Order: sequence, then C-alpha cells, then structure tokens
Amino acid sequence: MAGYLFRRVLQAALILLGVSFITFVLLYVLPADPVRQIAGRSATQQTVENIRQQLGLDQPLLVQYGRYLAGLVQGDLGRSYLQRTEVSTLIASRLPASLLLMAGGILCELVIGLTLGVIAALYRGRPLDQGLMVTSFVAVSAPQFVVGLLLLYVFAVQLGWFPIGGYGTAAHLVLPAVTLGIMGSGWYSRMMRSSMIEVLRQDYIRTARAKGLTRGRILFRHALPNAILPIIAMIGIDIGIFMGGIVVVESVFGWPGIGQLAWQAIQRVDIPVIMGVTMVSAGFIVLGNLLADIVTPFIDPRIKMR
Amino acid sequence: MKKLLCSSALALAFALPAAAQDYTPDPNATPGGTITITYKDDVATLDPAIGYDWQNWSMIKSIFDGLMDYVPGTTELRPGLAESYEVSEDGTVFTFTLRQGVTFHNGREMTAEDVKYSLDRVTNPETQSPGAGFFASIAGFAEVESGAADSLSGVEVVDPQTIRITLSRPDATFLHVMGLNFASVVPREAVEEAGADFGKSPVGTGAFKLADWVIGQRLVLEKNEDYWRDGVPYLDGITFEVGQEPVVALLRLQQGEVDVPGDGIPPAKFQEVMDDPDQAARVVEGGQLHTGYITLNVSTPPFDQLAVREAVNMAINKDRIIQVINGRAVPANQPLPPSMPGYTEGFDGFAYDPEGAKAKLAEAGLGDGFTTQLYVMNTDPNPRIAQAIQQDLRAIGVDVEIRSLAQANVIEAGGAGEAPMIWSGGMAWIADFPDPSNFYGPILGCAGTGDGGWNWSKFCDESIDAMATEADSFTDPAAPERLEMWSEVYQQVMAQAPWVPVFNEQRYTMKSPRMGGDDALYVDPVSIPVNYDYVYVTE
Repeated sequence: MAGYLFRRVLQAALILLGVSFITFVLLYVLPADPVRQIAGRSATQQTVENIRQQLGLDQPLLVQYGRYLAGLVQGDLGRSYLQRTEVSTLIASRLPASLLLMAGGILCELVIGLTLGVIAALYRGRPLDQGLMVTSFVAVSAPQFVVGLLLLYVFAVQLGWFPIGGYGTAAHLVLPAVTLGIMGSGWYSRMMRSSMIEVLRQDYIRTARAKGLTRGRILFRHALPNAILPIIAMIGIDIGIFMGGIVVVESVFGWPGIGQLAWQAIQRVDIPVIMGVTMVSAGFIVLGNLLADIVTPFIDPRIKMR
Repeated sequence: MKKLLCSSALALAFALPAAAQDYTPDPNATPGGTITITYKDDVATLDPAIGYDWQNWSMIKSIFDGLMDYVPGTTELRPGLAESYEVSEDGTVFTFTLRQGVTFHNGREMTAEDVKYSLDRVTNPETQSPGAGFFASIAGFAEVESGAADSLSGVEVVDPQTIRITLSRPDATFLHVMGLNFASVVPREAVEEAGADFGKSPVGTGAFKLADWVIGQRLVLEKNEDYWRDGVPYLDGITFEVGQEPVVALLRLQQGEVDVPGDGIPPAKFQEVMDDPDQAARVVEGGQLHTGYITLNVSTPPFDQLAVREAVNMAINKDRIIQVINGRAVPANQPLPPSMPGYTEGFDGFAYDPEGAKAKLAEAGLGDGFTTQLYVMNTDPNPRIAQAIQQDLRAIGVDVEIRSLAQANVIEAGGAGEAPMIWSGGMAWIADFPDPSNFYGPILGCAGTGDGGWNWSKFCDESIDAMATEADSFTDPAAPERLEMWSEVYQQVMAQAPWVPVFNEQRYTMKSPRMGGDDALYVDPVSIPVNYDYVYVTE
C-alpha cells in the first residue's frame, strides 16, 4: 500500500512537471509578445527593451523555465504582467468559487444521472427508457453556453426563480451547477443504466427475489450498491472534464472562479496567470485521479492496489 | 526669460474658469444614492501609472486628479489640481500654480513635491508604465528612460504650491498629456507602503475613493466627502460588478438591477433594444474619438504600388460594412474622426467605385487580381466585417484569405510587418486625448514602423513627418494654423492611401430610468462610459 502510494505520488509529480514544461514551451513559441501588451502603444523601443529585461523575457527558454520552476517549488507563481498582483493571490481569491461550482456540478450530475439511469434500467426497452436515453443523448451533446443561456433566460429572466448570474447565495449556485452537471448526467444515466441492467441479471438478485424480498429492498440493498461501483471512479476523471467546463459556465453566469481568470489571461497573453491556472488545474486533475484510484479498493475489495 | 500668457493659457486659465470651473450645470441634480455598473472583464489595476483599459480608465479618473482636466462631457481642457499656469514664449516652460488645501484620501495635503514624485514615478522604467512614452518631451526623459537618472531634470519644485516643467522641445499636446491618467498625482508614502500592490489600494485626490474590492466580483467606490471641487460628486457610491456577460448585463438592466452596462449593448440585442421605444429612449448616442480602418502594408507587394492601394480604397462598400454592425457608425474617409479638431470638412476621400477599382488594378498590371491575407481579431463583429471586406475585394478580383486570431497575435503580426492587410476593429485607435497628433505618431509616422511598432502599414514619408513635427511645435494646441497643418498632414497621407478608413464608431450608452444628468455625461469623450463625478440618481 505504502509503496503503491509512493509510486503514484511520484508519478503525479512527474505529470505536473511535464505539464509545466509543455505549457511553458507552448506559451514561449506563441506568436504574441507579452511585453507589447505591457508596454502599450506609445512605448519607445527603449521602454520595451527595459521591460523585457526586467521580466527576464530576454533570456533563453531554458533559463526562463528554470527560473519559473525554482519559484514554483517554493510556491511562488510570480506576478501577473497586467494586474501586477501575485498570481497566487488571484488564484486563491477565485479558487473557492470554482471548487464550490464543481461540487455543485458533481452533485447535480450524480443526482440527475443516477436517478434517470436507475429508472431507465427498471423500464428497460419500454418507451420511458427510450425517451430517457434520447434525453441523455441530447444532454451529452448540448453545448454548455447554449444550455447556460437557456436556463438563465427561462428560470432567471422569465420565471424569476433564480438570480440572473452572480455569486453569493445558494440560489446563485443552482443554475451554473445544473449547467455544468447536465452533460455529465447524460453520461452517468447511460452508464448507470447498463451497470444496473448487468447487476439485475445476476444470480444473487434472482435469489433475493426468490426469498420474497420487496422490490424496493432488492433495489436499494442489493442492486444499487453494486451497480454504483464503476461510477465512483468516474468522479475523479470528471474533475478534469469540469476544469474545461468551468471556463464556459463561469463566463456565462459571471461566476468569479479561476475559469474566468484563465480566459481573460489567455486573451491578454498574461503568461504567469495562464501558467498558474494551468498548474493548479493540473494539480486538481492529478489529485482527483489519485483519489479515485485510492478509494476504489475500499469500496470494492475485488480491486487490489499494486 | 520673459514670460507671457499665450492665447490658450488665457483662454484656459482665465476665460474657462468662469464657464467651466464652476460646472454645476444641472439645477435638478440631487446628492445621494448609489449606482451599479457592470463589466465582463476584471478591473486589472487602479494604479494610474499602469491602468490603460476600457474598464479602469474612467474609474482612475474619478479616484485621481492631474494638473489638467476636461470640462465634463467635452474635449475642452480646464485646470485640475493646477489653479492656473503660465507658458513661456517659446512654449517649452510650463509653470503650474497648485490649488491650496487639496488633500489626498489619506488626509495629507497635496504639494508640488507630490507632482514631481508622480512624474518621476510614471517615467521610471521600474514602474513599467504603458504611458511613459507620453512624457518624452519633458527635459531629462531620455536619461530616466535609460536608467542614467532616476528623476526628471525638467521637473522642478519652485515652492510647495508651484511646479515648473521644462520641455526639451515645444510640444503642443503637453497640456493634454498632463490631463492623462498617467499624469495623476499620487502620494509617495501610500505608494511606498503598498509597493507593487498600489493598484489594489489606490490613494488619490479624486471625487471617489476605493471602499471595497473583491477580486473577480465587485469593486465599490465611495464619495470623497472632502473633494476639492464644491458640490460634486452627487453619488454616494458606485458599485462595479465584474464578470458579467454583456447579454446578462442587459437582462439585469431590464430588471432594474443594473444602472449602466459598461460594455454597452451587445450587438445581437441592439436592434431589439432600439425597436422598443421605452428602451431606446434611455440610450444616449454620441460620437467617439475612434476610427476603424484597414491597413495596407506598403512594404510588401502588391501594396507597394499606389494604384493597388487606391483600388482597395475604392472597392470597399463602407455603408454595407456599417449595416453589419447595425448602423452603429458613420462612414469614414480620413484617419481623423469628425469630432476631432483638425478634421477636414468636405474632404471626399475615395468613393465606392468597383469599376474604377478594377481599372486601377489593371493600371498596376494586376488586371487578373491577386491573392492576399487579411488579419482580424477573432471577436464579434470583426470576423463578420472581414467577410464583408473579403466579398468587396472578390468583386474586383482580389482573393482575400481571412486570418482570424486573438488580439495579441494580430498585434504581433502587424508589428512584425507580416500582415499584408489588417482590420483594426477591436484593437482600433481610440484617442488617448482629443488632439489630432494622437492619430499620427505611432500609427502613421516613421517612428512606428520599426519591428513591433504600431504603424502596421509600415508607411513612412519623411516630408509628412516633418510637417507633423512642425505642427506639434506650436504652443497653443488649438491654434487654427496648427489644426490646418494637421488637416493637411492627413490629406497628404490619404493621397498615398496606406489605410482604408472605414467607419467612425458611434457610442451608445444605455442607462436605467433613475439615472439623471446631461446626456453629454453619458457619452463623455474622456470619461468612458460615464462621467461618474457629475451624474446623479433621481430616486
């Protein structure tokens, strides 16, 4: 167990190192000069060179990367070129909002997806099942910005049930979380359906039925816990998918998370901020996968850690 | 040196104070109340030496003051922290007398030392100010820029109420420069205490002070009760909510939650808003100091031939491009926008004439047309405008490939001279200050043609450059002979057609029913979107 954990953590560190290098190189070769963005259009050549030198952008790629890495291991993500604020401050002030949104999104996709999946499995082959599966297909395919604007228009503007974007209360969270969770709920309902059908075919379910257990007891005591197992590991992977989704959802709903920060930084070539958000996101994805791998054997003893 | 008051100084220091200084025009204005403004993007910084964005420009204007200011709603200069000033006969020495009893938000009185400190700070390379270049005419600028000195030799504190600024060459735009945010007066102790984070905890002398700032969510300004101008501001506070999509901001305005959507009316909703009389009545339309243009890179064939550049100018159907943006502009025929001093009335430019354009191409030996690229910023409506340009040029046999890229990449390609054509939309020249010279230097003058410069046409004509320099050597920025010279400069530029001026965008500011104040304050050419110091609420 300890050896396995050690190997996985080492692996995670290597992945993060790789991500940092690839992102750094990509930003370096990008045909856009951050110094021009900082210096402004009235800058003289001298000013441009001064700034380039002060930021160390006149150094070779490997020297720049080495400096970045040296800061990174000490927890220093640098200062934003344009906001002139510590990147860690910017991320720290926005991260709680993103984590809250992701937690809401995961809750939504699980509740909606699992419920629909179980219902579809129980009504397998009937119109209800077919209807639900078509719906899930639509949910998976619908672009998030369209879903977001649609929900916003119907439930916030027309019906007035929720605030029109923004952040602060539980009511603010509902629409963005549903938007973020709706795509995943489509996947989960399909997975849950097939997993459930698989389980319902098992001998122990037939035995339970033969014992004369009620339908509800069979479903909740015997079928569901087994059918849900393969789903758990997916949640870790979801964190990665959500890191992409929050960029869109946060923009539509004015949610003050790191997705919004990343989007603004990319448009202005604010390299320290782009790097910072990428590293933090990558950290969460790696952590999510690690947790999924560690937790699974506890839930299902058939899976062993090696 | 014998000093005299030049005509502009007379007009500004004496004539204007009566009319403008006591600008309390609206008898119905009532103090009190707060308003809510939205923006999509974050407010990057409130450091006046650094802030250069759409969002923070007017916020900084309300938190800080400089020696010079503008009459609200106009492009007319008036003294700000300076009470009066004198200009030497040769136009190179400006002596400003400061107002007495002006205090910073921290309670300390502002003196001439603060003015000197602020100018030294903005020009110091360590500050990395995007506005440092504006101060290049102050004596000693080159030494500070190169790091040989850390203080401008041309800025002298005569006494606590008097500051003398000596220029290395006459600069007609100097008073405008002193009205830029970059010239705002900041208190040394507050800057040194906050260090690099001064932009997050600004201290100025302005009408409002920062009360609260939650990064990525909202920024709250509150009234400066001790503001040195009597009677203003009217508002008790302003809340800026950021991260709001323009469409969402408009919906919230319709629900009464927002007073002014800072990013304006989203293009897709414009027609809907203007078709509803109730909403249209709350939209204020005004000109702005903006020109949208296509640059033609004169250093690469075939745009090195005048006939080809003329052909492109004649091929563009500007009225149709304006339809693409719902008619939110007027067609342009010269670099300067109509509201800018020096604009040439009655200048025809190139009329839309596809047949004539074909003839011009044939004259250049390109009767069969050619293939080229048009670089454009990838946000709506710019790619759609590029498509309209593409169609117009296809009609004369020119095949245009559209390169739709992020802003920074277009700027890079333009600076490197790699782009044969660039549509300026989204990166366009909105004037820093209302003076004709602001449309020349970096974007049409020889100085901007270097690698990375903003002169994307790479157009350089020494004789026009000389005329521009001469025009800027006047002491009075509004001298009729000076404006005539600028008019001539731009006519000569157009004779060589390095640009296709396409349109001058109009501004449309929408406001909630409770917002009061002169319409001009909502399309203020300097404080965009709104002059916060002078607007008020009616309930």
